[in-house]
Amino acid sequence: MPGLITMDDLTNEEIISILDDAERLLPVARGEVYLPLLQGRILGNLFFEPSTRTRMSFETAMKRLGGDVVNLGDVKTSSVVKGETLFDTIQMVDGYTDIIAMRHPRQGAAQYACDSADVPILNGGDGAGHHPTQTMLDLFTIRQSHGTLEGLNVVLAGDLRYGRTVHSLSHALVRFGCNVTFASPESLRMPEEIVADLNAHGAEVVETDDLLSQINNADVIYMTRIQKERFPDEDEYAKVAGAYKLEASDLDEAKAEMIIMHPLPRVDEIHPSVDSTRHARYFEQAFNGVVARMALMCWLLGVDVPEDINEKGVAL
Amino acid sequence: MSQEANMRRVTAIKNGTVIDHVPAGKALSVLKMLGIGGDMSNPVSLVMNVPSKKMGGKDIIKVEDRELTQHELDRLALVAPDASVAIIRAYTVAEKLDINLTEEVVNVARCTFSNCITTNPREPLPHRLIVTSREPLELRCRYCGKTQDIEELIDNLI
Repeated sequence: MPGLITMDDLTNEEIISILDDAERLLPVARGEVYLPLLQGRILGNLFFEPSTRTRMSFETAMKRLGGDVVNLGDVKTSSVVKGETLFDTIQMVDGYTDIIAMRHPRQGAAQYACDSADVPILNGGDGAGHHPTQTMLDLFTIRQSHGTLEGLNVVLAGDLRYGRTVHSLSHALVRFGCNVTFASPESLRMPEEIVADLNAHGAEVVETDDLLSQINNADVIYMTRIQKERFPDEDEYAKVAGAYKLEASDLDEAKAEMIIMHPLPRVDEIHPSVDSTRHARYFEQAFNGVVARMALMCWLLGVDVPEDINEKGVAL
Repeated sequence: MSQEANMRRVTAIKNGTVIDHVPAGKALSVLKMLGIGGDMSNPVSLVMNVPSKKMGGKDIIKVEDRELTQHELDRLALVAPDASVAIIRAYTVAEKLDINLTEEVVNVARCTFSNCITTNPREPLPHRLIVTSREPLELRCRYCGKTQDIEELIDNLI
C-alpha cells in the first residue's frame, strides 16, 4: 500500500499538487468552513514516543475533515509493554482504521509498518530517520512566504545528525534546486549517507560550524534544537549551544524577506526577541501542520480536494 | 606458484562443489554464509592465502558430496562476488555456476544499525538489504536506510 515514509515517495509534481490542495484547505483548517471530505474515515494515531504538535495536528486535520481518530494512547498502558511486536500492533490497527499516522523511536519502523499494513502509513518520525509530513508543512510555509520553492538559499542549523526533520527537508529542498547550507557543530554534522544522496542529486551542499556568517545571504534559516542529552558532558554542550542561539540583533543585516523556521519545541536556540520580528514564522509553521496533513490524508485516501472549497463547504 | 600447485594442496574431490577465487582470508566467512560448520559430516577442505595471478592472493574451498544450489551460492555475493564455482561429478567439472548479486539481499544478514526496527529478533518480516552500488559493494537496509559496513554485516549473517 502506498504511504509516505520518506520524501522519495513523492515526485516534485505530487508535492506541488498536495501543497496546492493544502492551500485550498486553509479555510477548513481555520474552522471557517466545514467540509467533511473524510467523513466515515478513521485515522489510527500510533505514537510510540512523545509528540505534541504532530499528534495533535493529525487529529485536528482528520476531525476538521469530518473523520474520526483512534489513539494508541500511552505506550505504557498498551500491549507494547507486554512485548507485542510492531508487526502485530500494525496488523491489529490496520483492521480498525483507514489510515495510520505513526511515530516510533526505532529507525525504519515506518517502512516496516508500511510493509506490514494494507492501509496507508504516514511517517510522523522514525528514530533519527525521516519526518516527511513535517517536510510537507515546512515546504508549505516556505512557499507561502516566498511564493516559490525553487532556487532559495536555505540554511539548516543545529543538530543535523539526529534531527530527522532536517534529513527529510534537505532531500526535498535539493530536488527543488535550493542552495542548502548545513550549519552545525562538528559532532552534529549531517549523516554521510544523506550528504551522499544530496550529492547524487547534483547538489553542492556547504557545511560550516558558523551560523552567524550565513544569515545575511539566507532566504530561510531553519533552526533545530541542539539536544543536550546527546552530549557526553555539559561543558561540551555549552561550547556549541551558544553558537546556535539566534537573537533579534543578529538579524539586522538579514534580507527583509528572510524567514526563520523551527519544528519546535525550542529551548533557547531562538531568543524570544526574535518572535516579534518580521522574520519569525515558527508559529505559523506549526499551524500549517494541520493543512499539510489534511491534504496528505486526502491524497493517500484518494479523495479529491475541490477547487471551490467555499461553495462545496458550509460557512461556520 | 602455479595454479596446478595450488590445486594440489588439497586432493581432488570425486563429487561435490569447488569454490575458487574467494578473496584471501574470506574462506571462513564463506563457510559461515553457507551454513557449513563442524556439525556436518561431509568432508570440507580449504586453503587460504595462496598466490593468485588474478587476485594476488585467494582462498579455495572444496565441499565433498554436496552440490550447493544457486540460491545458496548467491548468498556469497556479499564476500566473494567474483568467486568461481564448479560442481564436480566423478572427478570432472559437470557444471560451472556464477554468483549473482541480486538487487536486494533477503534474509542473508541482519542490518548492523543498533537502532533499526529489525534488531528486535521477534519482528517477523524478512531482513532486506538493497544493493545501492556494485563496485564498490554498498548495501543499505530497506527499513532504516543505513549504509552497511560489510565486515560488520558478515558478523550479522543469518
